Amino acid sequence: MSETEALLAALTVFVLAILCGFAVISKVPATLHTPLMSGANSIHGIVLVGAMFIAVEATTPISQLLSLIAVAFATMNVVGGYVVTDRMLQMFRKKPTAPAPKADQAEG
Amino acid sequence: MDYDTLFAIVRLVWLAGAALFVLGLMRMNSPATARNGNIQSAIGMAVAVGATAILLLARPNSVSGLTAFNGVGWLIIVVGIAIGGGLGLYTARTVKMTAMPQLVSLFNAVGGGAAALIAIDDYLKLTGVPSPQINVATVLDIVIGSITFTGSLIASGKLMGRIPGKPILIPGGRLVTIGLAAVVLAGALFLWVGNLSVPVMGLILLAALIFGVTMTLPIGGADMPVVISLLNSFTGTAVAMAGFVLNNVVLIIAGALVGASGAILTKLMADAMNRSVLNIMVGGFGGGDSVAGVVGAEGASVRELGVDDAAIQLAYAQHVIVVPGYGLAVAQAQHAVRELAELLESRGVDVKYAIHPVAGRMPGHMNVLLAEANVPYPQLKEMDDINPEFERADVALVIGANDVTNPAARRAGTPVSGMPILDVDHAKSIIVMKRSMGKGYAGIDNELYTNPKTGMLFADAKDGLASLVAAVKAL
Repeated sequence: MSETEALLAALTVFVLAILCGFAVISKVPATLHTPLMSGANSIHGIVLVGAMFIAVEATTPISQLLSLIAVAFATMNVVGGYVVTDRMLQMFRKKPTAPAPKADQAEG
Repeated sequence: MDYDTLFAIVRLVWLAGAALFVLGLMRMNSPATARNGNIQSAIGMAVAVGATAILLLARPNSVSGLTAFNGVGWLIIVVGIAIGGGLGLYTARTVKMTAMPQLVSLFNAVGGGAAALIAIDDYLKLTGVPSPQINVATVLDIVIGSITFTGSLIASGKLMGRIPGKPILIPGGRLVTIGLAAVVLAGALFLWVGNLSVPVMGLILLAALIFGVTMTLPIGGADMPVVISLLNSFTGTAVAMAGFVLNNVVLIIAGALVGASGAILTKLMADAMNRSVLNIMVGGFGGGDSVAGVVGAEGASVRELGVDDAAIQLAYAQHVIVVPGYGLAVAQAQHAVRELAELLESRGVDVKYAIHPVAGRMPGHMNVLLAEANVPYPQLKEMDDINPEFERADVALVIGANDVTNPAARRAGTPVSGMPILDVDHAKSIIVMKRSMGKGYAGIDNELYTNPKTGMLFADAKDGLASLVAAVKAL
């Protein structure tokens, strides 16, 4: 595939993904906006894939340092992002039992 | 299996990962499926990262251009994942839910930083002027990623209280910001017309890093949610640019998805506060953290209410609507409010919560805080659902909410005009729990407080609620 074709394909994907992002978000109720922002925040942790690519090719000290920071940063984004979002969403679960008996445990 | 086949399979796996991101976000539409959606998205991430590891392990040297297996590179990946994963897991699991917005901002900062580092590394390896598309994407990645990195750190610091929440105006600060933008733009144009210069790229990087600071510092703490959301969108865009630099489609899809969703979310948040995004970024009011103020502002006749009177009103009411706001989040009084609500319910009072879209520090933040305090989800009502119910409410208990209850918003010509508000003034009687007559971030008096139906209970949300609980129990 020529370079121009590759660029056109990448641009097509880019624009369609943007439209997809618009469509998905406009349907979310305001109550879930914070978890959603956090969830979207974890998704851009996909930059870890890019960081891995530069890390395996890092042969100079400067490149090794940059890629180490990049991998650590990106992993923090991924792991922290998903865990904190899960913690938020865990609280939205339907409580089948009366809230009173559960309340005591939550106090601690 | 030869490498080309493996690469094709890995690309399909990346596509599946990207699809899981989209489906995961879609399932976050409803509280019932949201958690599942997030897990789905996490699986997509794990699969994409796992496939990348396999691809890189199997990649022959003829493709990678390496002369031998790069043990140090793999050590970097393992150590980096261990450090980053450990830090992320620890902070995410130990953070208090009230402190969660600043942690999200911090995760956003490191994401943007990682995207910028990828482009920096790529640029340092260049031996000749790259193709125009790589050149443009690299510069954009570095600029956007750096602005996000420092901007999100400042936003996080402001929410943590390490940096004052009020707008910090440096004399001539706006000129500095414009000057930095000019440096970035001029440098970018110089590189785009076909120059290869590491010093110029370094200058752009430095200017962008400082720009992130000077852009965020003058914005008030109350506007931080909008800023964080905007920076989240920036990071998505930076990651998409990193995708163009590395010619990696999964980075492009996920980055564009977050860039677009972050932009929409930013606009929704700004709309709910009746501000334009531009207005917020240019700065102005937005103090947010201001708690100063004299009890009993001049010219307004305010009826002060004792704790015992308030307790009687609440205990003998049939319908009570609680309106929690920023002040409740700051005082971390969400457990106290749940305790009061349960006590009232045990006495046969019907209690509901009216949640304004921007209550708390982020849209939906109040729901999270109340859910954490075990408030049953069905009791939380969104603005449009609860507004018609205020007329039937015997008591509306406003705790630390201000501008979102100001009836002045219905008239034209005030700073809050047009902002959607909760119709608290329609309730039969109103109790406002507040520390002082201090103004909200719009900086205007709240007409609700001088309403004859309103009684003011001056107290910190947590202490006030505790004494209310004690007073109701004593009845």
